[in-house]
Amino acid sequence: MTLDSVSSLTPAAPAIACETLVELKNVSFGYTKARQILSGINLIVPRGKLVAVMGGSGCGKTTILRLLCGQIKATSGDVLVSGQSVAEMNHEQMYAHRRRLGMLFQFGALFTDQTVFENIAFPMREHTELPEEIIHDLVLMKLNAVGLRGAAKLKPSELSGGMARRVALARTIALDPQIALYDEPFAGLDPISLSVVGQLIRRLNDALGMTSILVTHDIAESLKIVDYIYFVSAGKVVAHGDVEAIKASTDPFVRQFVDGQPDGPVGFHYPAKALAEDFA
Amino acid sequence: MNKKIIDLWVGIFVAIGLAALLFLALKVGNLLTFSEDRKGYELEAHFENIGALKPRAQVKSAGVVVGRVESVRLDKKTYEAVARLHLFPEYQFSRDTIATVYTSGLLGDQFIGLEPGGDTVMLKDEDQIKKTQSAIQIEKLISQFMFSKAQETPAPVAATPTPAAAAPAKVATPGAKP
Amino acid sequence: MNGIARLLTKLGASVTGGIARLGFATRFFVAILRLSGTTFARPQLLLREVYQAGVLSLIIILMSGLFIGMVLALQGYETLVRFGAAESMGMLVALSLVRELGPVVSALLFASRAGSAITAEIGLMKTTEQLAAMEVMAVDPIARVVAPRFWGGVISLPLLAALFSTLGIYGGYLVGVRLIGIDSGAYWGQMSAAVDWKYDILNGVIKSLVFAVAISLIAVFEGYDATPTAEGVSAATTRTVVTSALAILALDFVLTVIMFRGGAG
Repeated sequence: MTLDSVSSLTPAAPAIACETLVELKNVSFGYTKARQILSGINLIVPRGKLVAVMGGSGCGKTTILRLLCGQIKATSGDVLVSGQSVAEMNHEQMYAHRRRLGMLFQFGALFTDQTVFENIAFPMREHTELPEEIIHDLVLMKLNAVGLRGAAKLKPSELSGGMARRVALARTIALDPQIALYDEPFAGLDPISLSVVGQLIRRLNDALGMTSILVTHDIAESLKIVDYIYFVSAGKVVAHGDVEAIKASTDPFVRQFVDGQPDGPVGFHYPAKALAEDFA
Repeated sequence: MNKKIIDLWVGIFVAIGLAALLFLALKVGNLLTFSEDRKGYELEAHFENIGALKPRAQVKSAGVVVGRVESVRLDKKTYEAVARLHLFPEYQFSRDTIATVYTSGLLGDQFIGLEPGGDTVMLKDEDQIKKTQSAIQIEKLISQFMFSKAQETPAPVAATPTPAAAAPAKVATPGAKP
Repeated sequence: MNGIARLLTKLGASVTGGIARLGFATRFFVAILRLSGTTFARPQLLLREVYQAGVLSLIIILMSGLFIGMVLALQGYETLVRFGAAESMGMLVALSLVRELGPVVSALLFASRAGSAITAEIGLMKTTEQLAAMEVMAVDPIARVVAPRFWGGVISLPLLAALFSTLGIYGGYLVGVRLIGIDSGAYWGQMSAAVDWKYDILNGVIKSLVFAVAISLIAVFEGYDATPTAEGVSAATTRTVVTSALAILALDFVLTVIMFRGGAG
């Protein structure tokens, strides 16, 4: 691995000086011993920042989010949120922890049996005792923020992909979470929707004072909106830096990713026997 | 789907569902008469043999249902069958009533028939019916019939066990061999 | 030799797998019961499921009940009239319906109409990450999604079974009294003389309640346990119908032995 020097930097060393909100300390995870998805990830997210975790498909990006919301537990290492270990939370603490999270799933995960309005009202109804009129106003405010106030009465099946993503975004921020997690928010969107969603993520992060973690492989859009980028490959952080540093980087992995070259440190071929052997 | 429409439909569904249960219990299952016959009184009757009489069989008098068989057990000392009868309160029977086990039709259910006597004293709760007649057992009837037939055929040779049984056989032989 | 070993390994794996699933299902059942508070604290959740499972099954249940009652009367007449017992048709129809056909056939219909729908819905919610989304929103999907559907099924089926039997008895009345011309008094009289509310009706209701718990549990479990893919959900839906049908028939046998053993025929 050519970039061992980068990943072995102490996590606190990079040029992020603000207070740390989320921290992954030497985290490993694997469903089986043989197949490790994450192996010794170090990652820091300061309060109020928008941080992207990038990497090719299947490199364990989504696993990081699932560790953060406590759906799975790290095999080793610590996942800390506000200094508290997610793995050591009991049932109540876990639910309290999840209440300050907002997560946007890869395909939105809207409740298909409910209208757009009901979808956004869902977390409010489940977690607050607010009267119906206030919920009504709050939902419309959230929908207005993503520009879909007019779609309140539609069912998720009647929405386009971009609209559904924006509704899911509105639901993610329904309870004004401290931390917003986005799992591939740009996947499958047309360029216009993509840039709308990107801008919304940035604006909502700043307006609501959230801390956001964005898992994506869309480098162009990410470079436009995020504060800091981590590159993950084969379960390890292989490079990280702020937008300028990434753009200027000469690191071969970063270059391959930013420039979209088919071959490089990330091989074109899935690991296989030597060519001659297979065709023999 | 509108909430009010769902509420309405669920309301209709639960209402007709409960109505169906009520119909089954009251009209089909006779819940009302059941609670009535709780008020009645109980009698015991000892039989030599009750055949296939089962709990819940009918108790009839002159063809009218006047009660049900509550339980059937065997008396441990006398080895008689004891049937506990539950009679409806409006029917009273005299002390010398005869209880008989009948079969409705050739293959039908068995029931107990009560034939009242002339006594002026009526049976009370927990009394015992003294006069009983056991069930007719088809197997016994058949074996009796076969037995008598078996005696008939070799009549001239076989020694007849009793004169009473022999007499009809003797009468029958001349008729059979004209 | 190798083949036998492989076969035995396969057998062992399927046995341990089956036991593990059974254990998981039991824990799941306990979790549903433990988390049922939400269902009853928010009747709107339950109402929706009673609508989905009960109201939407009404048509098929009512129609089947009516026709099965009519067929019973026709077939019963053919047999009874040979013994000169055509008057007993009310008894025949009512006893067959309230003891056996009502609970069992309505349960089978319910499993294929409502049970499969429940499995498919929960399975799809899992596939599209809706259940995971709920979990991350700190809402327990067992309390919010699974328990209301379970109880909706448990409440609906006994009512549907009662409606099935009632319609069947009415169908028998239509054919027996109106079409064949048996005396109406004999039809109802023989029926109420032979049917005992506790012995026959109550036991029938208990049967359908047991079936309701079994089907609802199987349906929500298969949905929750489904492999989150299109074919996973379709396989789970099929399993719900097959497992439910087998469970109904097996439970029916056991219950009949317990309830009607040695009693008056």
